[in-house]
Amino acid sequence: MYRGQSGMWMWVLHRLTGVGILAFLFLHIADTYLVGLGPQYYNELLFLYKNWPFRIVEWLLVGAVLYHALNGLRIITLDFWENAIEHHKVLFQTTIIAFFVLWLPAGYFMLKDVKWFTWN
Amino acid sequence: MATEIQTPNRPTPSDGAPHGKSGRRYTRTGARPRPSGNFELYSWYFFRVSGILLLVFALGHLAIMHLINNVDVIDYKFIADRWASPLWRTFDLILLFLALSHGVNGARTLIYDYVQTRSWRTFALSALYVTGIFFLIIGAQVIFTFQPQVVK
Repeated sequence: MYRGQSGMWMWVLHRLTGVGILAFLFLHIADTYLVGLGPQYYNELLFLYKNWPFRIVEWLLVGAVLYHALNGLRIITLDFWENAIEHHKVLFQTTIIAFFVLWLPAGYFMLKDVKWFTWN
Repeated sequence: MATEIQTPNRPTPSDGAPHGKSGRRYTRTGARPRPSGNFELYSWYFFRVSGILLLVFALGHLAIMHLINNVDVIDYKFIADRWASPLWRTFDLILLFLALSHGVNGARTLIYDYVQTRSWRTFALSALYVTGIFFLIIGAQVIFTFQPQVVK
């Protein structure tokens, strides 16, 4: 019933994106900690977030958060709305469509001013 | 003489693992069934409540930092101006706590699912909690104690 259906892949992706976001969260708390040490430390490190390869990674990270959020909403809907299971296909499709509707325009705005293939 | 097969290093499903007494670990839609124990029930609710709150705080944070502003304008001065307001310090503190606790609770679930040897499980859980508390402390410390320095 479960193996190989959409629910399984969304469950796998939910775990993968969750682990990825948690790993980034640790990094992000560590870099923010440098703000407390002073501008020379924090501004030095920011090359990590401003150069083009990382800008792509940031867009992927936004995708991971968006997927995790939307799929989380799908799970909560299934948990608390009794008849939701009868509409699980529609819920699945809505989740996927909402994901791309949010993620692709976010990519446009996040990447439109990137100076590609330069480094500073 | 009846022999009972024993696997002392492998926890049984009722051995504190985060799933219900139903024996089914996951529903076919990919969510955990509502657990029946006390702690796991609270954990189950906590995922959902913190998840809803994170829709506001985490997605809000991303929208502020990557859509309204962007990485090109974020630097020390940007953070100093932002943290001049107690409101944003509070926002960031709530986000820190929600994201860390939601993430650590998720990692705890993964450890129960994938680390089957009792000693490794204890090790992994200890490492997870120590790491989580460490990052909560350093994150909260910078939010509480930050004093802006004059930028050259």
